[in-house]
Amino acid sequence: MRTTIILKTASNYLLPVLLVFSIFILLRGHYLPGGGFVGGLIASIAFILHSFANGLPKTKELLIMHPGFLLPMGLAIAFLSGFAPVALFDLPFMTGLWSHDPVAILGSVGSALFFDIGVYLVVNGVTLTIIFTISESA
Amino acid sequence: MLTAILTGFLFSIFLVFTGKFFKGKLSILASLIPLGLFVYFFQFIPAIAGGEVIMRSYEWIPSFNVDLGFKLDGLSLLFSLMITGIGFLVFAYTSSYLKGHEYLDRFYGYLASFMGAMLGLVLSDNMITLFVFWELTSITSFFLIGFNNTNPASRKSALTALGITGIGGLFLLAGALLLNNMTGTYSISEMLSMSEAIRENEFYFLAVIFIFGAAFTKSAQFPFHFWLPGAMKAPTPVSTYLHSATMVKAGIYLLMRFTPVLGGENIWNTTLIVVGGITMVYSAIHTIFRTDLKGILAYSTISALGILVFLTGLGTQEAFLAAAVFIIVHAFYKATLFLVTGIIDHQTHTRDVTRLSGLNKIMLPVGIAGILAAISSAGIPPTIGFVGKELTYEASLHYESLVIFLMIAIVVTKILLLYAGFVAGIKPFTGKLPEELSNTKKPGFVLWAPPLLLAILGIVFGIAPFIIEAPLIKPVVEAMGADASNIHLALWHGFNTVFILSLITIGVGTALYFIIKPSKGLENGIARFDFIAPENILTKFNKIFMSISNFWTNFFQNGYLRNYISIIILFLVVLVGYIMIGSTRFTIDYNSLSKITVYEITTTLILIAGIFYTVFTDSRLAAVAAMGVVGLSICLIFVFYSAPDLAMTQFSIDTLTVILFVLVLYKLPKYLKLSDYKTRLRDGILSTIFGLIITTLALEVLSEPVSKEVGDFYAANSYIEAHGKNVVNVILVDFRGVDTLMEISVLSIAAVGVFGLMKLRLKMKDRRRYADTGQNTENNKN
Repeated sequence: MRTTIILKTASNYLLPVLLVFSIFILLRGHYLPGGGFVGGLIASIAFILHSFANGLPKTKELLIMHPGFLLPMGLAIAFLSGFAPVALFDLPFMTGLWSHDPVAILGSVGSALFFDIGVYLVVNGVTLTIIFTISESA
Repeated sequence: MLTAILTGFLFSIFLVFTGKFFKGKLSILASLIPLGLFVYFFQFIPAIAGGEVIMRSYEWIPSFNVDLGFKLDGLSLLFSLMITGIGFLVFAYTSSYLKGHEYLDRFYGYLASFMGAMLGLVLSDNMITLFVFWELTSITSFFLIGFNNTNPASRKSALTALGITGIGGLFLLAGALLLNNMTGTYSISEMLSMSEAIRENEFYFLAVIFIFGAAFTKSAQFPFHFWLPGAMKAPTPVSTYLHSATMVKAGIYLLMRFTPVLGGENIWNTTLIVVGGITMVYSAIHTIFRTDLKGILAYSTISALGILVFLTGLGTQEAFLAAAVFIIVHAFYKATLFLVTGIIDHQTHTRDVTRLSGLNKIMLPVGIAGILAAISSAGIPPTIGFVGKELTYEASLHYESLVIFLMIAIVVTKILLLYAGFVAGIKPFTGKLPEELSNTKKPGFVLWAPPLLLAILGIVFGIAPFIIEAPLIKPVVEAMGADASNIHLALWHGFNTVFILSLITIGVGTALYFIIKPSKGLENGIARFDFIAPENILTKFNKIFMSISNFWTNFFQNGYLRNYISIIILFLVVLVGYIMIGSTRFTIDYNSLSKITVYEITTTLILIAGIFYTVFTDSRLAAVAAMGVVGLSICLIFVFYSAPDLAMTQFSIDTLTVILFVLVLYKLPKYLKLSDYKTRLRDGILSTIFGLIITTLALEVLSEPVSKEVGDFYAANSYIEAHGKNVVNVILVDFRGVDTLMEISVLSIAAVGVFGLMKLRLKMKDRRRYADTGQNTENNKN
């Protein structure tokens, strides 16, 4: 694919911005529109845009590890956030645990946030795995 | 008790890691497991004989009424002792029989798991637990029967056995659910007290059918019997274990266990008598036509199972007593005969009875065991077999109706079984030793001791039947719901009709043994009738079934994604359309709708234009872009109706879909006209109808009275309970979090699937490239 120099330059700046934006979307999800699912999608779009502009090998280099590794990581975080109440307090699976005092910027932090981070990672991993695999093999 | 059941399974897990140590000289140590369990169960004898019933219950799934409930009464004790006792002998015997076998450790693993499953089966009081163990016996026996897995015939028999007994398992599950529906419990002991209510229930008939279905398949009753002779492909220790004391007796156990719950009605008794009767006569006749020792034993086993079903069907106290004794009789002599056959096979490498004779000169202890077992199976005094046969005759003679037919059936069966026992137990050891067998080696102690021990016990119990009377037989009869106080087992019953019948049986049977010699001619003779044998009918049915499903699959799953989608949509159109015709009111309450704004009109126009452009454009890329326009327009509509979360997600998804399409399309050839006018018309009509139906459905939903309960609950509680203000997100990560967990798991599986499929194709491509260019494929392999 031929790419314009504008896109190439822009994508280098867009990647961090979009990633920060995706995390912003992830974190605000509890109070305002957003959440792990959309956040994950935006993060993957950021990487895909980068790969369009700079080629897949460059993006892979940037990622260090294969996006497939995000799947078990995300699943584990999501599962552990649900399992924590069982292990720590003998409460039913996926009971919400909450910090007493609201944390600055984030608001009240609880197990649901970690669950959402798990969703974020899985969605990101799934999208990148599928799209990278297809663009490599097609 | 749970530990006792799990021991077998734990041992096989243990073998996974330590198997290589148990392959060699240590293998005999494996038999300590069943021996230990035998001792464990043995110590319950005084308590059970004293009328006690031991119950143990462990919580499992209380919300479904399912617990790990175990019950040790007379019936389960008898079976447990047989499973562990004969298990011990089989384990020990195997260490010599399969000495040096590459997969001996695996074999012990299967055998131990099977033993655990069998113990669980006979001890379970909860029907769901019973079902689980029932299926486990089917699965573990599949591995045992197919142990020689390089032999296709062996694999096929294992599959047949699994198929038949597996179907039976489903019957058992259905029976369990139905009985639970009728009584509100899965506990068999609790069902006992509700026996009358069950029998008056309108579904009683169905429950009986289900239990019969399970028992008849497992216990190889006609016409499901054919898996059992096939299962003879297994190594002999397996046949011994499965067919004398365990697997096939599970069906009998089930019938006996349910006799006090479901029994006593005409349908129960008559069916059992008829099925058991047909089975016992049919397979007893079959024994004459076999020349393979194991074939003879297989058919005589089926026949013996028929007798047990028949006796259970008679339903009198005498019959239960006879059945209880006959279970022990059969376990002893059949295990002995199988073990003896195994030794003959092991030493001479043949099981063809026409070629075997005079082996007692080489293996005297084995010969003694075989002959003792044969006379026990023939019911000649002073063996336990004689006691069993007398009781069987007595029970049949005292039945209330059609005694003459019952007597003919049972006497003919017994005569033929005597013949079969003689052929299997005496014929190989008497007469002249043929030249070709004169080099046969002597079997070792570990091989001949188990059958001899069993055979001698058969005589000891025959001479002194009171040894087993109080501890084993009486509790069994009681467990089957009959009074056992006046039972007295004795070798000598006096000179009466039964004794005369016994004499006739022994006389005619022995005469038969000298007249009919097993031969290939006879075997081939019966082969002519194979076309009406249930097995072949089933095979034909299987073939037809396969071709129909082949056709069916190819028709619907032809590999074209577009066809799949059309079929799915067509199905939905027909189903939803059928329901909506007649029930749709087609009224729209215009007052409840919000005003249409100019933004909405504009967006809708763009959307429609996008659709038309997608359909009619000549360029793939333009079609994809137009699809993106459609998606984004829908996004906007979400925004208008204040669903920002949905809009955001839809926006991202649409972006990704377009990227995905572009990635794939980039590699496809330039635009081709793939569909003709007719196909397009068909698809157009289909999608228009589908769209209309969905629209009508949406409007219809609007006119339904709205229940806001769920929405209100989430709205009210999302901040209080889940500390979140965005209700949609709170539902996703908190209220319905488990759903989300499942969804992300499914997503991950899909990603792994795509990755696997694509990478696999890449590898194939590589391989083909290597092959095409004629490069050295050896390198590739390395």
